[in-house]
Amino acid sequence: MSDPGEALASAKAAADRIVRAKRLNACLTPPKELRQSLTKQAQAAHPSGVLYGMPVAVKDNICTLEFTTTCGSRILEGYRSPYEATAVAKLKAAGALIAGKTNCDEFGMGSSTEHSTYGRTLHPFDKTRVPGGSSGGSAALVAAGAVPAGLGSETGGSVRQPASFCGIVGIKPTYGRVSRSGLVAFGSSLDQIGVFGRSVHDAARVLSVISGRDPRDSTCEARDSLRLPTVPESLQGFVIGIPKEYFPPDLAPAVRRACDRAIRLLKELGAAVREVSLPHTQYAVPTYYIIAPAEASSNLARYDGARYGPRFDGARDVRALYRTTRGEGFGPEVRRRILVGTYVLSSGYYDAYYRRAQQMRALIAQDFRNVFDRGVDLLFTPTTPTPAFKAGEKLADPVAMYLSDIFVVTANLAGLPAMSLPIGRVKGLPIGGQLIGQAFLEDEMIEAAYALERVVPAAQDA
Amino acid sequence: MTVAGGGWETVIGLETHVQLRTASKMFCGCSAAFGAPPNTNVCPVCLGLPGALPVPNEQALKLAVRAALALGCTLHPKSVFARKNYFYPDLPKGYQISQFEQPLATQGALSYVSPERGLTTATIVRLHVEEDAGKSLHDRFPKETAIDLNRCGVPLIEIVTGPDFRSPPEARRYLQTLKQVLEYAGISDCDMEKGSLRVDANVSVRRAGATALGTKTEVKNINSFAYVEKALTVERDRQIALLEGGGVVEQQTLLYDSKTNGVRPQRSKEQSHDYRYFPDPDLPPLALTEEFIAQQQAQLPELPATKRERFMTQYALSVNDADVLTGDRAVADYYEAVVHAGADAKLAANWVINEVLADAKTHDEQLRVPPGALAQLIGLVRGGTLSQQAAKRVFAEVAERGGEPRNVAEALGVVQVGDSGVVAGWVTEVLGAHPQEVVRYKQGETKLMPFFVGQVMKVSRGKADPKLAQRILEEKLAA
Ligand SMILES: [Zn+2]
Repeated sequence: MSDPGEALASAKAAADRIVRAKRLNACLTPPKELRQSLTKQAQAAHPSGVLYGMPVAVKDNICTLEFTTTCGSRILEGYRSPYEATAVAKLKAAGALIAGKTNCDEFGMGSSTEHSTYGRTLHPFDKTRVPGGSSGGSAALVAAGAVPAGLGSETGGSVRQPASFCGIVGIKPTYGRVSRSGLVAFGSSLDQIGVFGRSVHDAARVLSVISGRDPRDSTCEARDSLRLPTVPESLQGFVIGIPKEYFPPDLAPAVRRACDRAIRLLKELGAAVREVSLPHTQYAVPTYYIIAPAEASSNLARYDGARYGPRFDGARDVRALYRTTRGEGFGPEVRRRILVGTYVLSSGYYDAYYRRAQQMRALIAQDFRNVFDRGVDLLFTPTTPTPAFKAGEKLADPVAMYLSDIFVVTANLAGLPAMSLPIGRVKGLPIGGQLIGQAFLEDEMIEAAYALERVVPAAQDA
Repeated sequence: MTVAGGGWETVIGLETHVQLRTASKMFCGCSAAFGAPPNTNVCPVCLGLPGALPVPNEQALKLAVRAALALGCTLHPKSVFARKNYFYPDLPKGYQISQFEQPLATQGALSYVSPERGLTTATIVRLHVEEDAGKSLHDRFPKETAIDLNRCGVPLIEIVTGPDFRSPPEARRYLQTLKQVLEYAGISDCDMEKGSLRVDANVSVRRAGATALGTKTEVKNINSFAYVEKALTVERDRQIALLEGGGVVEQQTLLYDSKTNGVRPQRSKEQSHDYRYFPDPDLPPLALTEEFIAQQQAQLPELPATKRERFMTQYALSVNDADVLTGDRAVADYYEAVVHAGADAKLAANWVINEVLADAKTHDEQLRVPPGALAQLIGLVRGGTLSQQAAKRVFAEVAERGGEPRNVAEALGVVQVGDSGVVAGWVTEVLGAHPQEVVRYKQGETKLMPFFVGQVMKVSRGKADPKLAQRILEEKLAA
């Protein structure tokens, strides 16, 4: 697109589609506000930008000037950031339109987008199921065809898991590839902004735009933005590892069948496929559920009602203000994780939990380096053990919910780039395959994804 | 040793927070200046707004490294920023970024002159970098607490000593020496009134000769140099009285109240908690290269103790004069500039100590006469152009209105007259006016000579060269 009028048309069409998808409860921005803002943005957008006129939905834990940023939480109800995330600023500079804010599990804590104070988001193909989470709103909007791309964020698989559930592409870049400035922190050493697209290309080109150095984030690497690879003819020369720990006996049979088919296709594309082992995989979920809550307990301390956000009545002194604001403002899952995180950092428990978790995290990262050092370029695994589960199914059992992220948390712990792409269906529900790449080699991972995407019968039952 | 009850030894350790002299804050670009209207030097980072991230201030790190070097510390090639978690309204993030397990530097030492023990060394246990918190204002609005976050995020170093001080005056002397070193190296303004130097003290007492430490208390809120000694003495005496009365010292944090000159326990909810320190995931470990450290070492000026030694040998000054001249870096630099401009070192020292510093004291610590002008003035006295008396008038004039001493002296009409004809005329006038003194002198009362010289200076209004006047007086009175 380069005709100035086209952005306006695109903005209007996107607004119509998003409003039509209202039943999903994926977009938190009221329709009127969305339409007005999109029109204004389209008028201001630079026609020379590489994403000119492209509507991009943004998860509500990423700061925007156009809309409120609530993180799906009551404690930030109505909060308007006075600055915008670097990723959002880069999107706008490239001519993209911020197409509303999307629902998510509160502060990114959840795997189903049920833990939002603004209600659950529905799976776009089956309203009884969850779209995954925590970035379920962006995933559902992209899957429903309302927007071609969206921003999500990951702390432990919150882009790849909903991408897998919704049958779209989701990329989590290397830690430090995309600035975290303006991404509301959950687990700072794990958090990364990720992207959703209906195709590998849509996701990759959005990622390319938001990537690169940022003086506002000390953990963002001083690298140029990601260069997009071309679609390869074959995967000749690629060595793809299949980690056996990601194919446990209780893996859903349809997921296993879809993965086997994808592996066969990778071989047919010319890739050498090898079984490999990542022996510390079984410790990834417990390690994650120490480190992420520990960091969260500190990151969420700032929400105390003293400076911004709602204050809840009945506070006689400052301690009471904290108690009522935080007690009423946070939902149960967030409170649970703050308690766990506070506990594992407490003196007397720090060594037993937090320090050991950090040691285990180093071993998990070493597992990956060992495999990559032996000539493996990429890993292929299922993204999730099952397709999208039923709403409410795992709400009463947090551990069962946590285990739905068993294949995705490792890449966050190791800081590696990883993505999910649709590789088949079962009874109409999408199944995702995961590629895990080497640090800052997203281009190789995307190249392989391009090749697989072209040949895999993603809409067919496996 | 000043011991209240007798037989007790006081043990004090100090934790000093020093604000680094930077234009901007530790982790954001906001001004670190003191005195701006409340909440005007703030941004998303130091307000702790959702999503905002800290980025270390390179200048602050340079100054912190220089401080560690000036205090002879071992600098660690890798140190780690850590979060100190606690809830307080003036702490917007709910944690303070500090350093904990891996501080910037450890194992330093600072020599100072103890009033009781002479030259003594205090050990610096650790030196780390951190950010300041904001300020809660309880007296601004009735029944409400106001918060000013201007100070929030201002860069600090914390310097922790061992339990090395044996008396309140000793602790104070250490602090003065520390302040001198940090001011010299341009690391901090060390202004306690503006909060750029704050000190907390750990105080305990034990029976003289005992080796185990007694239970300590922490004294906070000592906000002026004048109060350091008072606060520590009050707490020392309180502990001794308690122990002598058969009580025990309770480990606690006390706040010093300068109005009552007493200490009171911090309210229990302000008491220290479990800070749940952990490495700050927003900040990569701080890596110091040898090159960076060497660059900071090169930026360190000559420190006071070294400079004092050098002044004594290079300028042949007494220890007292050298001490006064090196007490403040600006004064030392000024003195050397006067000498480099050609003044005699000893005369220059006298002039700086007696005139320049006295003038500065009444003029906002300004060294008002430029070094070159002072050197010229000293030269005029030495060359006989100005009397000492006239030179002081010229000094005052130059200090007030500026100008070249030579021109100012001429304008004031105080240049000494060396023309013997003119001086002889004044001598004749003086002798004619005092016939009785002439007679007495001639009868052997030679001690009247200074009287005659004084009279010549008076009639010449200070312009006569006193030596020439005396010579002519002697000639005429001998006749
Ligand atoms: Zn700031």
